[in-house]
Amino acid sequence: MRLLEYQAKSLFAEYGIRIPKGLTSTNIEQGRKDAKVVGFPFVIKAQMAVGGRGKAGAIQKCHNADEFELKYPEIMQKVVKGEKTKAILLEQMQEYKKELYLSLFLNRSKRCYTIISSSEGGVEIESVKNQVIREIGLGDVDKNTAEEVAKAIGLKDNSVEEFVNLVQKLSKVTVEKEAELAEINPVAILNDGTLLALDGKVIIDDNAMFRHEELRKFQEVSDLEERAEKSGFSLVELDGNIAVVGNGAGLVMSSLDMLSDNGGKPACFLDVGGGATTETVYEALTLISKMKKVKGILVNLYGGIVKTTTVATAFIKAYEDKIIDIPVFARMSGAEADKSKEILKGSRTKMFDTVEEAINAAVIGVNKNG
Amino acid sequence: MADLFEILIGKESDSDYKKKPVIIQGITGKFGSFHTQQMLSYGTNIVAGVTPGKGGQKFENVPIYETVKEAVDATGAKISVVFVPAKFFLNAAVEALEVGIKLLIAIPEHVPIRDTLTVLDLAKKKDAIMVGPNTPGIIIPGVIKIGIMPASPFKPGNIAVLSRSGTLMYEVSHNLSAASFGQSMSLGIGGDPINGTTIIEAFDMIRKSTNVDGVVVVGEIGGDAEELFAQHIIDTKFNKPVVAYIAGRAAPKEKRMGHAGAIIYGTYGSAESKVSMYTNANVPVAKRPAEVPMLLAGKMGGKKG
Repeated sequence: MRLLEYQAKSLFAEYGIRIPKGLTSTNIEQGRKDAKVVGFPFVIKAQMAVGGRGKAGAIQKCHNADEFELKYPEIMQKVVKGEKTKAILLEQMQEYKKELYLSLFLNRSKRCYTIISSSEGGVEIESVKNQVIREIGLGDVDKNTAEEVAKAIGLKDNSVEEFVNLVQKLSKVTVEKEAELAEINPVAILNDGTLLALDGKVIIDDNAMFRHEELRKFQEVSDLEERAEKSGFSLVELDGNIAVVGNGAGLVMSSLDMLSDNGGKPACFLDVGGGATTETVYEALTLISKMKKVKGILVNLYGGIVKTTTVATAFIKAYEDKIIDIPVFARMSGAEADKSKEILKGSRTKMFDTVEEAINAAVIGVNKNG
Repeated sequence: MADLFEILIGKESDSDYKKKPVIIQGITGKFGSFHTQQMLSYGTNIVAGVTPGKGGQKFENVPIYETVKEAVDATGAKISVVFVPAKFFLNAAVEALEVGIKLLIAIPEHVPIRDTLTVLDLAKKKDAIMVGPNTPGIIIPGVIKIGIMPASPFKPGNIAVLSRSGTLMYEVSHNLSAASFGQSMSLGIGGDPINGTTIIEAFDMIRKSTNVDGVVVVGEIGGDAEELFAQHIIDTKFNKPVVAYIAGRAAPKEKRMGHAGAIIYGTYGSAESKVSMYTNANVPVAKRPAEVPMLLAGKMGGKKG
């Protein structure tokens, strides 16, 4: 789960990390009230789970009420890399002498946490130069390591101690909230040498959410995605018109690839999980029926243990209950494939021996009708 | 470097050659009990199960114990397959490693990363191997099946399959079998961001085996395991045929595609990056699972697995 900037900052504040004064709103009426409390000049910051907001004009300075009336609605309408503005943060403008980069993140290949810092903050990490990197095990950073990093990025005087404090607080956020990433970019060095978190990015381990009821309030999923999660599915909505269903994340990804290679446009990625049953497939079809854009369904099930007849039964039931009325192109391997073909005879579900054949038929079938 | 074949099969002089004892943690659960039956019918030597509160009972004639310690004391097993739900995985795994389990097959999906890291840390201290979490397990066709994979896709042979995805491991092994490339071993790395055994580690535990004439690596988007593996092949001058498949070329960025580990950030974890590293290592990458045996045949020069 990726937190929005204001959510990450509220976590930071909880742990004693200094953040600029700011307020978050979702409509201009509330925004006007916030503007009075924060006071001009301030920065209007679109809250969206994506980088590169500054360049896209989703973060702008605001000096007076006239400017506010123009810019607030404009930023509210922003879409950056497909992400819409979820809320708007008005934040006091800061004067500072320098920007730093600091993050703690789960390093997959090293299988431990890593601290990264640099004296050049404020740009995306890929372009951050002079990175200082240290492995930090499960995410606890001791004082010596923090001090060493502070000196390696050229900090002096009271900023060293400030930095050590900041790192240890961020480390506590990472460990206690089970974050895969906790990033402050930039950290501002104020004129008096103290530090301030100007931005915040935190990604929480979804699998650890059962231990973090306190973070549920930040969770934002679409109704469909939530329903899928309850049924134990993985669902990712996409832009096309052919829903892709299968068992196992790898197999569904593989089907997406092949469909795209053949000119098809996937409407979603839906993994019903390792073991498919009549109920789970029926529920998957129900979820897909809620997506209006879907004109056909591609099913790729590697059964093995699962009998294909249990799956075929789900399709018949879904047609009978009028859950779906669109064509289904299915490849199911596993026991009783012939019997399944018999069951599905005359229905709008066509069975194929290979996924390649099912995909060809799906692309042709959907293009013809769409 | 441990030899995974030796751990799973043993030496011909061993009294339990090809019959290494295995215990099942969570043997009475819906999932655990079903797959215990499947493994037993494959011929896996399951000697004990563990379910707290059910000690003294039996399942399919396999004695059940209260604790892993009791099961290990009674049977001497060094291999355990863990079926407990994700939130109980940490305790179950620690219990097993503390009492001498040396190969832990971690089946559950959705284990928190911190728990995986903690177990991995302990496994290293105890000189033990964890495969998974979120793995379908390991199969040596015709000898032993420790995991949840169906038996039908796998045929004995000399190709090793290492896979980050479960169903794709079945699919690719099925395609190989159909093309007369049997498998000496198919092993699921697991779909999580942190793997108890990485592709490189699994590869190093099988590469020298005379059972392995070629290697197929089934990868997916996310992380840089494929890139590192490609570099490892170059660095260690591995000269047996290697063929790769990568799922997720059409996946959008910053979306988790079912597996916790299948997510692209920027260019990190993208399919293009993986394909280009494989190309450097002279490893052909299949566009679809059915293409894997064709590419392998090209690499093997007519020799069958």
